[in-house]
Amino acid sequence: MADKVYRVNMSNLSYKIEEVPANWMGLGGRGLTSTVIAEEVDPECHPLGPNNKMVFAPGLLSGTTAANSGRNSLGTKSPLTGGIKESNVGGTMAGIMAKLGVKALIIEGIPEDDSTFYHLHVTKDKVLIEAVPELVGKDNFFVLDAMEEKYNKKVAVMTIGRPGEMKMLISNISVRDPKGKLRSHGRGGVGAVMGSKKIKCITVDAENYKEVTYADSVKFKEASKVFTKALQENPISGEGLPAFGTNVLVNIINEAGGLPSHNFRTGNSENAEAICGETMAENIKERGGSTTHGCHAGCVIQCSQTYNDEEGNYLTSGFEYEMIWAFGANFGISNLDQIAKIDALMDDLGVDAIETGVTFGVAADTDLIDFGDGAEAYRILKEEVANGTPIGRIIGGAAGNLGKLYGLVRVPVVKNQSIPAYEPRAIKGQGITYVTTPMGADHTAGYAVATNILNSGGHIDPLQKEGQVALSRNLQIASAAVDSTGMCIFVAFPALDDPKCLPALIDMINARFGINLSADDVTNLGVNILKTEHEFNLKAGLTSADDRIPEFMKYETLPPTNAIWDFTNEEIDEFWNF
Amino acid sequence: MPDMISVTIKLFAQYREGKFKIDKRFYAKDSTISDVLEDIGLDLGKFPIGVLMVNGRHVEEDFVLQDEQMLAIFPKVGGG
Ligand code: SF4
Repeated sequence: MADKVYRVNMSNLSYKIEEVPANWMGLGGRGLTSTVIAEEVDPECHPLGPNNKMVFAPGLLSGTTAANSGRNSLGTKSPLTGGIKESNVGGTMAGIMAKLGVKALIIEGIPEDDSTFYHLHVTKDKVLIEAVPELVGKDNFFVLDAMEEKYNKKVAVMTIGRPGEMKMLISNISVRDPKGKLRSHGRGGVGAVMGSKKIKCITVDAENYKEVTYADSVKFKEASKVFTKALQENPISGEGLPAFGTNVLVNIINEAGGLPSHNFRTGNSENAEAICGETMAENIKERGGSTTHGCHAGCVIQCSQTYNDEEGNYLTSGFEYEMIWAFGANFGISNLDQIAKIDALMDDLGVDAIETGVTFGVAADTDLIDFGDGAEAYRILKEEVANGTPIGRIIGGAAGNLGKLYGLVRVPVVKNQSIPAYEPRAIKGQGITYVTTPMGADHTAGYAVATNILNSGGHIDPLQKEGQVALSRNLQIASAAVDSTGMCIFVAFPALDDPKCLPALIDMINARFGINLSADDVTNLGVNILKTEHEFNLKAGLTSADDRIPEFMKYETLPPTNAIWDFTNEEIDEFWNF
Repeated sequence: MPDMISVTIKLFAQYREGKFKIDKRFYAKDSTISDVLEDIGLDLGKFPIGVLMVNGRHVEEDFVLQDEQMLAIFPKVGGG
């Protein structure tokens, strides 16, 4: 049976199962979510009001046997940036939705009676909408347990913790992974949107799906083999990521002077060796745990891991570079285990690693907390944020608002979203991505670090302006297309360096749907997505004046490179000429 | 040692295995990074060079080292 669009209206707690409109047919993932948001959401609507929508859509290849194809996209208008948001995540949701034939799950409206929260359960032929007062005020792992008990261990789950219920801007939507741990739809305060719709959790039936069908299964298998081989043979996706995880980046970014530290005062950190991927891998070896773990079935890279304390007791999983940078280098905690404890707590609460970590970095410039005080950061999250005290609300309101409340100038945000783990002054291509992407400061939108620092896809000097705008533009177009396939971002490394990788990816899409996309078609898809998103933002009231780096980066040099942000407005705005 | 230079060498990721994190070594004047790589004896067949930096700036293997420089050697690494 053909895929369908499942549409839930929270205003009257009803649902419809609709045919897929012709112009959505060839779309998936980000391509679909951004198209739906642009078509159906008033750009001027309040992100937490009744006219915003949430769209979940698995990638074009999700549910297939293609390696690393299990990413699910969420589209909405972000309450953090005021612009369009696409946030994608692993976990089991994308594959299960695709196999059930859910092309997209669209959620609109807000219940009139806002005294409770609801649970949506999506099955092949209906959506059950049920009040769950017993889950209100609970956090993610409690909800996971309750859902596993109610259904079975395979059921796909998305949930928000207390910060999401309270519509905090640091809140995520968390998604169950194959081992019963969590991954997140991060950035942009998307948990707050789910909270505004009074949805505590969404589950999708994992018992009655059919395997996806292929227009040409022989061709699909062939292409899939080539693709998997490209992933496994690439030294980064095949060796580096499984051995050290994403945290292997700490040392190389630190060495290049691009590791934002002490709330973006310097580009290198005295904590680097204590928190780096090599140290983490050593600890895992000594204490038990595992360096390889996939965030969804079918991942052949397995960049994730489980991390134990000194006694060998489980601390956390999915312990990523961004988290370790935010709390280790930028906020200054030198103890990796303490960062791991905060990571586990944040998973349970469902708050964003980057947004929350950068907010603590800014908070350390106030009397709220001192740099490096991990015990106090833990306490604030557990007692203040989780309970929505005034201090918790201040932290939960994210870095940009905290900066305004305290009259601070050093506030590292673009479009009000916190800048991630790569200093834009010292890694200028990445800086161009931060200022131009419609998402607000987001590293995954166009990962110029690859070419500026990691020598993937060639090399462009990170400290020079030349070539960075074109680099970022090409990467953003490619990423928008890849985000539509359901592929994880790390496919980018083999894609940049192995000429067999992208054609195999396109061959798989063609064999799955019986179509004939060319490489140019895929580029055009990326172009269209970016333009659609940009246009939405313009209509929402964002202008080129929002495509700018925080001003302090234009007059303060960054040790040790002493770089400053020196792009003119004209140079930045040139980005959109395509 | 007038004709010698001292170079601080930092190894990362898989290169550390059985080697060192950081070491100061002496080389003949005009030595290149290739000379250093040969001296350390990394398993470049298994883990090809990803990035070389001298004092935090990207360089190539034929870079001629100067006294007191800091050389960082990375295999292919990535993340994001
Ligand atoms: S490489 Fe990492 S992020 Fe990508 S699918 Fe595998 S575990 Fe998830």
